[in-house]
Amino acid sequence: MAGGAASGGSAASDTYAKARHWLLLPSWVVVGIFVLAPVLMMMVYSFLTKEFRGGVIWEFSLSAYDQFFFDRGLFGDEPAKIDWTYIAIFWRSIWQAGAATILSLLIGFPTAYFIATRPEKNRAIWVFLITIPYWVNLLIRTVSMKFLLRDQGPLNDFLVNIGLIDTPLHIINTNLAVQLGLFYSYLPFMVLPIYASVERYNFALSEAAADLYATKWVTLRRILLPAVKPGVIAGCILVFVPSLGAFLAPDLLGGAKNFMIGSLIEEQFKGNAGNWPFGAAISMILLTMVLTILLIYARQQRQAEDLS
Amino acid sequence: MSAKTDVKTFFGFKGITLLCLVILYAPLIVVTLYSFNASKSITVWEGLSFHWYLDVFVGPESAKFKQAALNSFVIAIVAATLSTAIATAAATAIVRGGKFRLRTASLGLISLPLMVPEIVTAVATLIFFNSIGFTRGFLTILVAHTAFCIPFAYLPIQARMQGIEDTYEQAAMDLYATKTQAFRRVLLPLMMPGIVSGFLLAFIVSLDDFIITNFVKGAGVETLPTAIFGSVKQGLKPNIMAISTMLLAVSIMMVTISYFVSKSDNTK
Repeated sequence: MAGGAASGGSAASDTYAKARHWLLLPSWVVVGIFVLAPVLMMMVYSFLTKEFRGGVIWEFSLSAYDQFFFDRGLFGDEPAKIDWTYIAIFWRSIWQAGAATILSLLIGFPTAYFIATRPEKNRAIWVFLITIPYWVNLLIRTVSMKFLLRDQGPLNDFLVNIGLIDTPLHIINTNLAVQLGLFYSYLPFMVLPIYASVERYNFALSEAAADLYATKWVTLRRILLPAVKPGVIAGCILVFVPSLGAFLAPDLLGGAKNFMIGSLIEEQFKGNAGNWPFGAAISMILLTMVLTILLIYARQQRQAEDLS
Repeated sequence: MSAKTDVKTFFGFKGITLLCLVILYAPLIVVTLYSFNASKSITVWEGLSFHWYLDVFVGPESAKFKQAALNSFVIAIVAATLSTAIATAAATAIVRGGKFRLRTASLGLISLPLMVPEIVTAVATLIFFNSIGFTRGFLTILVAHTAFCIPFAYLPIQARMQGIEDTYEQAAMDLYATKTQAFRRVLLPLMMPGIVSGFLLAFIVSLDDFIITNFVKGAGVETLPTAIFGSVKQGLKPNIMAISTMLLAVSIMMVTISYFVSKSDNTK
């Protein structure tokens, strides 16, 4: 997801400098017209007036944003009160994405650390094992999760059979199911960047700390963690950001009560009941949040690079 | 020596790593197992059978799934081919085009589809096609897929090109090869592993996409993920598990090929 393409480096040359603009033209045209221009168009739409059969009337209006924050009664003539409905959905999304991120960190950090401390020739295969599930269709993974977590599903069967619980746990259609789904969707994103930074870490530093009578946990907390912090932050962003706008996990695992931003947006474009400017406005708010997170991250990265 | 390894190992980390692998693979293995279940119900196990695989190919819903599979594969092949070609050209300019003003901006533009949340890209693309009066259907899916697959094709290609020193092309040109010849006969073959990986990743990303496809597909056109989603909404059925298992096998095969191709080093 985030981070973007790495900048050029080692074998950079200017052999094809004359043709560079022609070589870049196709990517400018395709991404410019079919990604950048649509995002700008969406921004415009968020300031238009809704049409009742789905679509817009070309008339400037702030009502999409107004509707997000305020309640003006059924006919729009009452004094504006703050409307918590949509803010609550955003808040729930942040909370769910945050829970999934923490869960991923708890499992992902030890895993990444363990892999990075394997003999060098074995690391690639471990990393490969972690990445395979990511490339399996997200929809299929989410459906598998739904199948596994059902009240009469294999997980409950297993837990009852080994005698851990007496009655099946009700997980599906709860907040927990959504958190587990998000966690499962993006777990590899947490492992990979942490793995990369632990692999670069110089373990002589830990040894030096141990020689000075630091315990293992103190060494982990005071020496290793600060050194691999960039990887941990990158991992958290890579899990949090896609979780925030996720659609499949909340839709398939959460049921109607556990609405998140993704479903709210989707609803605005479904059939005639939708509200396109409102959907565009919610998307703009989501996009602004995500880009802010990425911008702060990029800035801190640059500062860290300047320091070193 | 033993003190050295001691600083590195933490109690329980191995256990958590194994737990992590179990979490990642258990749902996939369970669905694969149940796709071979003879029972009509998804809850009871009634023995091994290929019944649901047969159902996918000749059952009542087979026409729908065949059409969806055809759409999915045609779109994935065309979109991956186009995005790989575009990404290869772009990577050549970025890595072999010297330093220039638009370089950073171009990199930013190429990675834009990775930074914008997928649902936002989906909404934006829908609005865009709608506002220019383009009827939604097969073609809109194809165009949208080509655009957002570019960064996925680009990353392995750029990574590969950065690993190739330009001395090979220089040597070719010292021996009177033109730049085009040096590119086609020297750089391109050396870059093949990166290009193949890029193509395969773009292919999987296109084949897997649900959200963007769901927004831009229009009525009547389905790809495998949208057909599966529609089916799952009406309840989990065993034939869906059979399709899922087949799709899962395709993805894993592709990633495995990509892994071994990118590992093979033909510069030596």
